[in-house]
This record gives sequence, C-alpha cells and structure tokens, in this order.
Amino acid sequence: MRIYLDNAATTKMSKTAINAMLPYMDTVYGNPSSLHSAGQAAAEALADARERIAKCLGCTAKEITFTSGGSEADNQAILSAAKIGARKGKKHIISTAFEHHAVLHTLEKMKNEGFEITLLDVHENGLVLPEQVAGAIREDTCLVTVMYANNEIGTIQPIKEIGEICRAKGVIFHTDAVQAAGHLHINVQEQNIDMLSLSAHKFHGPKGIGALYVRKGIPLTTLIEGGAQERGKRAGTENIPAIMGMAAALEEACNLIDENTAKITALRNKLILGLSEIPHSVLNGDGSQRLPGNVNFCFEGIEGESLLLLLDDNGICASSGSACTSGSLDPSHVLLAIGRVHDIAHGSLRLSLSEENTEEEIEYTIKSVKEVVGYLRSISPIWRDLVNGKKEFIIK
Amino acid sequence: MALYSEKVMEHFRNPRNVGVIENADGIGEVGNAKCGDIMKIYLKIENDIIVDVKFETFGCGSAIASSSMATELIKGKPVSEALALTNKAVVEALDGLPAHKIHCSVLAEEAIKKALQDYYEKNGIDYDRSQFPSCESCGHCCEIKV
Repeated sequence: MRIYLDNAATTKMSKTAINAMLPYMDTVYGNPSSLHSAGQAAAEALADARERIAKCLGCTAKEITFTSGGSEADNQAILSAAKIGARKGKKHIISTAFEHHAVLHTLEKMKNEGFEITLLDVHENGLVLPEQVAGAIREDTCLVTVMYANNEIGTIQPIKEIGEICRAKGVIFHTDAVQAAGHLHINVQEQNIDMLSLSAHKFHGPKGIGALYVRKGIPLTTLIEGGAQERGKRAGTENIPAIMGMAAALEEACNLIDENTAKITALRNKLILGLSEIPHSVLNGDGSQRLPGNVNFCFEGIEGESLLLLLDDNGICASSGSACTSGSLDPSHVLLAIGRVHDIAHGSLRLSLSEENTEEEIEYTIKSVKEVVGYLRSISPIWRDLVNGKKEFIIK
Repeated sequence: MALYSEKVMEHFRNPRNVGVIENADGIGEVGNAKCGDIMKIYLKIENDIIVDVKFETFGCGSAIASSSMATELIKGKPVSEALALTNKAVVEALDGLPAHKIHCSVLAEEAIKKALQDYYEKNGIDYDRSQFPSCESCGHCCEIKV
C-alpha cells in the first residue's frame, strides 16, 4: 500500500496527459522546424498546444514561451525584467523572503550584478500584503516578483491586488505560479500579471516541461542560444511530447478545477482537523487562504526526517522542512520567514493532497502521524524536558 | 530508502537501549535543538563495567541509529573501552553514513564521553580532561564541514 501525499513535490501523470503524449513519440515525431509534412504536423501540434495553454491562462498564444520547467521560467522572467530595468537605470527588485529558490537564487545573482533586492517580510500567517508591495516600490524599481502560492505552506498571495499596484506604478509584475497553475483559477488579464511561470509536473503533466507567460510588449532575454525556436527566445528542438502532455494536463485540470477543489479541500480540512488534535502542534500558514491540497504542521519535540522515514514505513509519502532532509544545516527558509524558530522548524511535516486521495487514506494518515509523533516524542530528550517542565513549550 | 544502509534503517526502526536509567551513574547530553539533534546517554557502571546504558535522542534517522549502535558497542564493556569508542567505529558498525550525516556519529561518541566524564566527576575519580570534548552544549553540528 502506498498513500502518496507529496503532490507539491510532483504528481502522478494523468492518463489524459500520457495518452496525449504517445502519438508524438512514434507517429507525429517530426521536428517542428522541418519544412516537410512530418515536421509541419509537429509544428501544427505545437501551435495548438500553445493556443490551449494560453486559453487556460487568459492570454494569447504569442505570449507563451515553453521552457524546461518552473525554474527556467523563473530565471528567464527575472533576468529579462532586470535587463529591461538596467537599460533605464532601474536596478531595484522587490520580492518576498519565502520564494522558491529558483527565484531567490536568481535574485542573489542579480544582487552580485549590482541590483538592489528588497525581500518583503512574510506575516505569521504566510501572507504578504499589497500595502507592503506599495510601500516598497521606488522610482528605480524594475520588477516585483511574488509567488502565487507558497510551495511549502500553501498560502495564496493577493496576486490581483499586487498586480494592480505594479500596473499603476509601471513596474513589471512576475508571479511564480508553479504551485497554483491547474489548482487555482488564473486569468493573467484580470489579475494584472505581466509574467507567470508554471511547471507541468505539478498538475499531472510530465516532468521537464514548463511555460513562461510574458505580456505582449515585454521583451524576453534569451537564456539558451542556438536556434530560432520560441521566436529566438529559447533555442533547442521543442519537446513536443512533453508540451502535448502539458497542454492536455492543464486543460483537464482547469476543466475540473471546481470539482477537484471541493473534493481536495474537504480532505485537507479533515486532515488539518485530525492533526490539530496532536498536542503542541501548529498549522503553518493561513487556514483558509491556502492551496486546496496543502497541509503543513510543526510538532514540538521531534525532528522531521525521522518522522518522514517512519511514515514511509507506514506507506505514507510526505515531506518536511527539516534541515536533515535537505542536506543543509538550516531548516526551511519558509518556516523561518513566518517566524518559526529553528527548534520548531526542524519538526515540520508537509502533506500535499491530490484528487486521487480518499477519506480512508486521510483517516489512516491521521492515525499514523499521531502514532509516529507519539513514539518519537517518547524517545526525545527535549520532549521529556518539556513535559517535566524543565523547558517551556514553544507551541502551547 | 537508498539514503541509508540496511543496518542504519534496522537500528533506526528498532533502536536498542532506548529509555532512561533512574539514578544513573553518569549522564551525558550533547547537541542543540536549534541544530536539529540532541542525544542523551545514561550509564549504569559497576566495578568499572558498563552494566547498562540507555539513550534518548531528538534527531534524524541517522542520529537515532547512531545512538542505538553506540550504546550497543559499549554495553557490558569496561569503562576504558567505552572511552576509546570513536565515531568512526560507530559509522563502520552501521555500514557507513552519508557524508552530511557523519556528525550524528560524532554526537554519539561525545555523548558517551560526556556521560563518562559525569561519572568521574560524581565519583571524584581523577581523569585526563584532554580526552573529553570541551564544548559545553552544541558547536559541532554547526561547525563541522563535510
């Protein structure tokens, strides 16, 4: 038995996506750049996929550039906006402290190239307020990049309002929507989004493919040279099977979005309620402004990696923001950003659901987590000190 | 999971000598919650022999497995042998640890040394201080680079 609760890491591909890919491996296998009919058939499929993806986001096909995934899209968006800014002498970028590393590390690179970076603080509930963005924008701000929904704690940011502020001030607004696409309604027009990154494998599509939406009129900087693909903005023969899989997966996800949201949200709430019964535990991130499938808890007195290993023994695939699971010495920057201290952040657990999960799985998971947390606490010297009153509980 | 050897997983799943010894002859606690691991070792010593040992650990899989293995390696042994236990011996007995987890075995070695030091102090036994780690609380996990 396996209960997969790590859908924020990656998802199982849908049958729809797999079936959409197959013909482009052995039947329509031409290179879209070739002039012959085999190539042109592939070119037509590519144009069709672009059109369908654009429709899901509320933009035009020309505004979609295919990339190798969310990280490349984030890199390209930031580097492009920075280059536009630098030409006008604008070298200030605003972002948040809890972005994905694809954004944070790229911003670090820009900092080394002379850009000034403002990382907005995140409130304890995992939200950034539009007023914070408004207050941080300066004459020389060239880009605001705020994630749509956080990958660890699932909190959904006020994207439309932030976009409105940026639009009014003439600042490019990028959002990393890797966790949101296919799970939340997106309309780049209505939400004042200038650039948006997405990744197919987060919504039951294939890995290694993503897209960057860029509003018409904003020139992209090329990261990979060597060909005229993607209007010269991204060289390399297009991964047609993956692109077809992504288009099919996104379409399906968007068509079923309300139905899936209702189902997953109910499971999520049941899981949150069940895990809240564990004493000295706390839900990370706002209870309602969060992705339908995201559950993230800290349990005092235990460490996340041992929790994951024992849950895996029980057939449950989960994730943690503990330092031990990352190979680094620091726990999750997201949990630290919302004010969790190191001691607590080490004991975090992320469970991310999909529409394939069942009530029975959730019930079993609640039971398993309770047992494992209880066991790990029973062998933890910190827990003994907390219970004996030698140390004060951080989570009341 | 391929991260750890079978031996590590076996000791992690079924740790030996978990618990507390009331009125222990020596207690050693090392690590720091901030770093994500704390080990506490309890020793019962009779006639210079470690007749019983227990541990409590807050930490990752390799920290729990290292505690379990280290306590197994010193149980029933003379104090001098326990004092000579190295982290390397713990790693070898576990069929290896990933590079970034070596500090877990260091913690196990230090926790035992600290418990022995406590035993010497409590009983007024003279000992060579240079044989013991000097740091009072944490230090290693934040300093050791692998």
